[in-house]
Amino acid sequence: MADSGVSGGADKKDNIEREKIEGKELTKEEKQRLRKEKKQQKKGKEKKDASLPQVSVAETAAPASQLKAERRARQEAERTSKQSKKGDTGQPATTSKPKIPPNELQPVVKRLPEHIQVDDPDVLKKLAKKLERQQIPRRLDYGYKVSLFSHLLQYSRKAPLTQQLSIPSAVIHPAIVRLGLQYSQGIVAGSNARSIALLHAFKQVISDYTTPSNEELSRDLVNKLKPYISFLNQCRPLSASMGNAIKYIKKEISNIPSQFKEDDAKKKLLNCIECFIEEKIVLAAKAIAKSSIEKINDGDVILVYGCSSLVNHILCEAFEKGRKFRVIVVDSRPRLEGREALRRLVQKGISCTYVLISAVSYILPEVSKVFLGAHALLANGYVMSRVGTSQIALVAKAFNVPVLVCCETYKFCERVQTDSFVSNELDDPDDLIVTRKGETQLKDWQQVPRLGLLNLVYDVTPPDFVDLVITDLGMIPCTSVPVVLRVKNVDLL
Amino acid sequence: HKITSSCKHEATLSSTNQKAACSRSPGTMPGPYRETDLTEKVEAFLSDLKRGGSGTGPLRGSAETARETTALLRRITAQVRWSSAGDLMEVIRKEGRRMSAAQPSETTVGNMIRRVLKIIREEYARSRGSSEEADQQESLHKLLTSGGLSEENFRQYFTALKANVIEAINELLTELEGTTDNIAMQALEHIHSNEVIMTIGRSRTVEAFLKDAARKRKFHVIVAECAPFCQGHEMATSLSKDGIETTVITDAAIFAVMSRVNKVIIGTQTVLANGGLRAVNGTHTLALAAKHHSTPLIVCAPMFKLSPQFPNEEDTFHKFVSPHEVLPFTEGEILSKVNVHCPVFDYVPPELITLFISNIGGHAPSYIYRLMSELYHPEDHEL
Repeated sequence: MADSGVSGGADKKDNIEREKIEGKELTKEEKQRLRKEKKQQKKGKEKKDASLPQVSVAETAAPASQLKAERRARQEAERTSKQSKKGDTGQPATTSKPKIPPNELQPVVKRLPEHIQVDDPDVLKKLAKKLERQQIPRRLDYGYKVSLFSHLLQYSRKAPLTQQLSIPSAVIHPAIVRLGLQYSQGIVAGSNARSIALLHAFKQVISDYTTPSNEELSRDLVNKLKPYISFLNQCRPLSASMGNAIKYIKKEISNIPSQFKEDDAKKKLLNCIECFIEEKIVLAAKAIAKSSIEKINDGDVILVYGCSSLVNHILCEAFEKGRKFRVIVVDSRPRLEGREALRRLVQKGISCTYVLISAVSYILPEVSKVFLGAHALLANGYVMSRVGTSQIALVAKAFNVPVLVCCETYKFCERVQTDSFVSNELDDPDDLIVTRKGETQLKDWQQVPRLGLLNLVYDVTPPDFVDLVITDLGMIPCTSVPVVLRVKNVDLL
Repeated sequence: HKITSSCKHEATLSSTNQKAACSRSPGTMPGPYRETDLTEKVEAFLSDLKRGGSGTGPLRGSAETARETTALLRRITAQVRWSSAGDLMEVIRKEGRRMSAAQPSETTVGNMIRRVLKIIREEYARSRGSSEEADQQESLHKLLTSGGLSEENFRQYFTALKANVIEAINELLTELEGTTDNIAMQALEHIHSNEVIMTIGRSRTVEAFLKDAARKRKFHVIVAECAPFCQGHEMATSLSKDGIETTVITDAAIFAVMSRVNKVIIGTQTVLANGGLRAVNGTHTLALAAKHHSTPLIVCAPMFKLSPQFPNEEDTFHKFVSPHEVLPFTEGEILSKVNVHCPVFDYVPPELITLFISNIGGHAPSYIYRLMSELYHPEDHEL
């Protein structure tokens, strides 16, 4: 079937073009055909390789694996030709089924995410091609980027990705479109909130999903989710917690045995997602609150930074249990998330003080403990969190105030990082502009040639500033994070 | 009355001195004045001080305050009737107390008064014929042998004293005018090319320093905006218009970015007697981050900012302004249930500072006490 597609190319091509314009999703065959054509064009330019007779050996029926077979066959052929050149007694190059060439070394460095390789034009081209294939619009950079961060993306909030989508978009499920918009505008922010929103959106996608006729649910659903994930990535780079959640879902989907009926499979998946949210987020929060309350004594003055849902939960629980303490909320421009935390705590009845981060050295002599939330915990013990957290930990260390970080285990991630430059996120630089006394100093910052505005989102705190990490598995020092990761991986297997 | 009403608008913590100054009516000026426009000038200066230092960035820079104080003192010296040095010093002390009380955080006023008092002492000693060194030094030997230091009551009358004092004050004024340029001239000794320099807030001295270096060298400046007043924005636009590659960062990103910074250059409001600083809030964090990364911290401060104050008094060190800057009134109901602080200054201990650059050269923080003894007489530390 695939071969005949080349001959009937002309009409089919027009069909495809028309459908693209109308925004309908290309069927599997049409996508396959496009890919084939592009490959043929490329092959025509390449030199004809003599040792390609084994191409015809591949006979698997499913069209998707045909290209893979071709590639494998080519690799085998090249290997045999090399061996024959060396003069070895050549083993029979291929059996009837092409073998995967053995990989002794697993690649140590996983494929780098594209959003930290923006300065590499090849990577950008590859990304553009991939997005085109998945029919997802690409978000463009905005404004002058500080040279130290030229490898990162910088978007403007005024140009959300959804403006470039046609409505109704048949490629992307509407729940995902809405989610993407909420991410890019900052309506849903904070790692727990983002993960939960993502999982809810996926639940909707799964319940609306129907398996096409000759596909397996386990494989097709994963492929369906890939463009959604690209889209969300374009709206706002995925967080570590979201990454772990997606990994979990993909694993669950691919583990669905093929004999399940569609409804049962969907029910099972929805159940899995519910379990994940319940176990890893809600119950974890309860466990962490229980351990943390032991650390809060009567008469304590606790300092918190920004708005961490987990830390707010802990403080509210402790207050309900009757502990007497007061809270100092530290906030920073331009996000001013601390005001949200302030509202929640004041509503509960906790007595609060509010300062900006520049006043931290004034207020720290009064403080007895610092509670910080985390966005992710890296494998070398560094804590990745909202920008400003490392500063608070630094000043607290200078004043000998204990620093406690609260983090659920699903946010642990295998990356390692030592500074806040290589892998970070740049927010809209226009957020820094402020009007005071009727004057906006930075109003025309784009016109001034040498002026750059930097709006970082995350930073990393070295482990020597952190005294204790409170997780749902217990209270551990920062350096035990890789141990927890190893234990978790063993569990998952 | 004008003075009492402007008192109500202030939210300064060190209210006791302030209120005392407010409640004194303007009519109790000591000594007979020949012209009432001197009184008017002094009153205008006082109300300017009270209004100007609201912490949102001075309406006048410290250099102008210093110059105006000195000019005013020269006027007082010229126009008030006095017969001996002691009288003059009394008059100046009284006026000085009023001026410092008008804006306690503006220490340059007090510093200039102490400088002028020292000038008077020196001129008096010179007129008497004895060398200044022998008089000023309070060695242990002298304490034991003379038994009661300086029975000077400065009561002798010298005809040339007035002219000498006025001339010396003129010299002081010329020195004041050249301070920024003197500091800026040293810029090339401290900045090499392709450096990344960090600064915070807005300091005219640092601005001149960096612009001078930019004429010959290319470097990059990172400015921390220093919320809530965000003076860093003004500094950044001014520097970038001069062709310096500038980046504005938020206060929260100071530690994150510090690892790529080669030098930290800041200005300050006051240099304290122990070598510490009273600088804009956020500077202590900046200094700690610099220490952590072993980045040198350079303070550009002219000599008139050196004050004999120590940072011990907790309630007079800090100054607060309206919390509306931090949590605006639009936040609604929670305002009544929340304490909000907006301090203006920060204390930076001398261990975190690497170098002071002043108009007379560069010094280590441990040398500040010596400079102070050259500028001010110990008996003038308390006005």
